[in-house]
Amino acid sequence: MATEQTVLMDGAGIKRALTRIAHEILERNKGVTDIVLVGIRSGGAFLADGIAQQICVIEGGAVPVGAVDITLYRDDCSGQMPHHPVGNTDIPFSLEAKKVILVDDVLYTGRTIRAAMDALMDFGRPQSIQLAVLIDRGHRELPIRADFVGRNVPTSLKENVQVAFDELNQPIEVVLEK
Amino acid sequence: MAEFKHKHIIALRDLSKDDIELLISTAENMREINSREIKKVPTLRGKTIINLFYEASTRTRTSFEIAGKRLSADTVNITPSISSATKGETLADTALNLLAMKPDIIVMRHAVSGAHYFLANKINCSIINAGDGAHEHPSQGLLDLLTMKDHFGRLDGLKVAIVGDITHSRVARSNIQGLTKLGSSVYLAGPPTMVPPGVEKLGNVTVCTTMNEALLDADVVMMLRIQQERQGKTLMPNAREYSRYFGLNPANLKLAKPNAIVMHPGPINRGVEMSSSTVDCAQSRVMKQVENGVAVRMAMLYHVCGGELE
Repeated sequence: MATEQTVLMDGAGIKRALTRIAHEILERNKGVTDIVLVGIRSGGAFLADGIAQQICVIEGGAVPVGAVDITLYRDDCSGQMPHHPVGNTDIPFSLEAKKVILVDDVLYTGRTIRAAMDALMDFGRPQSIQLAVLIDRGHRELPIRADFVGRNVPTSLKENVQVAFDELNQPIEVVLEK
Repeated sequence: MAEFKHKHIIALRDLSKDDIELLISTAENMREINSREIKKVPTLRGKTIINLFYEASTRTRTSFEIAGKRLSADTVNITPSISSATKGETLADTALNLLAMKPDIIVMRHAVSGAHYFLANKINCSIINAGDGAHEHPSQGLLDLLTMKDHFGRLDGLKVAIVGDITHSRVARSNIQGLTKLGSSVYLAGPPTMVPPGVEKLGNVTVCTTMNEALLDADVVMMLRIQQERQGKTLMPNAREYSRYFGLNPANLKLAKPNAIVMHPGPINRGVEMSSSTVDCAQSRVMKQVENGVAVRMAMLYHVCGGELE
């Protein structure tokens, strides 16, 4: 079955969106004090690096960037499906009293975000967790919303939204598959 | 994407290269949990793990128990000396009784080689082998592989010397299976009474006549304990003579490559298979092996829970 693909954003568009998100994060938090970025593997971790670079360009100061793998916090681990390969969680700094910006590529049911927040709580008690996503495609199954959104894309449940990255982990495009 | 489809882990012989690499990669990524302040993830919440150890063990049992707890499973230890086994209950009956309590995984150590295969046909929960007789000790094999990968960054093309009582060593057998599947070569040395005939057929294995031959240019030197409790009758004149011919000391360790590492599955008899100074030398990875044991066992518990009935 052939899938129909529509490019929703190209590389330049993604970069502009990340730049705007970086500005919004700085505006909302009045600078970089106590800000840390944590990306959800794998797409969100790459985007977190991109946002951190933009923050550095705008404000001149580096912010700590970590990555979280949510596999061990999934809510669909019971049953007889082969368990997902476990990725590497790398948060080499304390989250205690920090403002954590959680970054993901596509916000959908919200279950990934729930898992990621549970993981973050195991690393200390952040002052706050804010959510930044490149695409919000709707269909939430949990009471979760994003604080910073690259683009809202209304989708049907049959469609799929993918963010593609090149071999240097730079975002290339956002594709809608139906 | 790699998928782990086994419901039991009884021997590394039963696993493919991909299976072994997946378990090692999962263990590498799970290690981070053990250095957190809150060393627990909710992954196996609600699962029950029974540690059934028919033979003495400190390291392996504790390690499996901690691994289960760090994944939020409930772990129960059964020590046969205070259980029904001493009252004459058979292994199958014990297992069926345990099964009535609905465990998800039984981690078992047993003196009889192959006891786990016998049990796997009788019960419907996962079985992990924590050592069976002189057959295999897969969790030890995997943690040894992880320890080697930590140092060399790879597991292919390594020369691994395994020295000691090969005949009675399940650790040696699991290492031979794992190492040869991943592309390394194994050199065995030990008194002829302790090297089983035909062991070369297990894979890329060379039996050496002297210890020096095995040590020469080795990347890894793995020393084994003399398992007097299994030997029944004496297979060597005395510990001092054994030590002279098959003991590791600073002098013969120099035959191995300069960046070689020294390993031992424990418990160590200092002064017999290893001189005390080689146990504690900079090349020794003995404590690293124990540390890696927890992560490897977490990976095993995690993947068998997602495995299918075979």
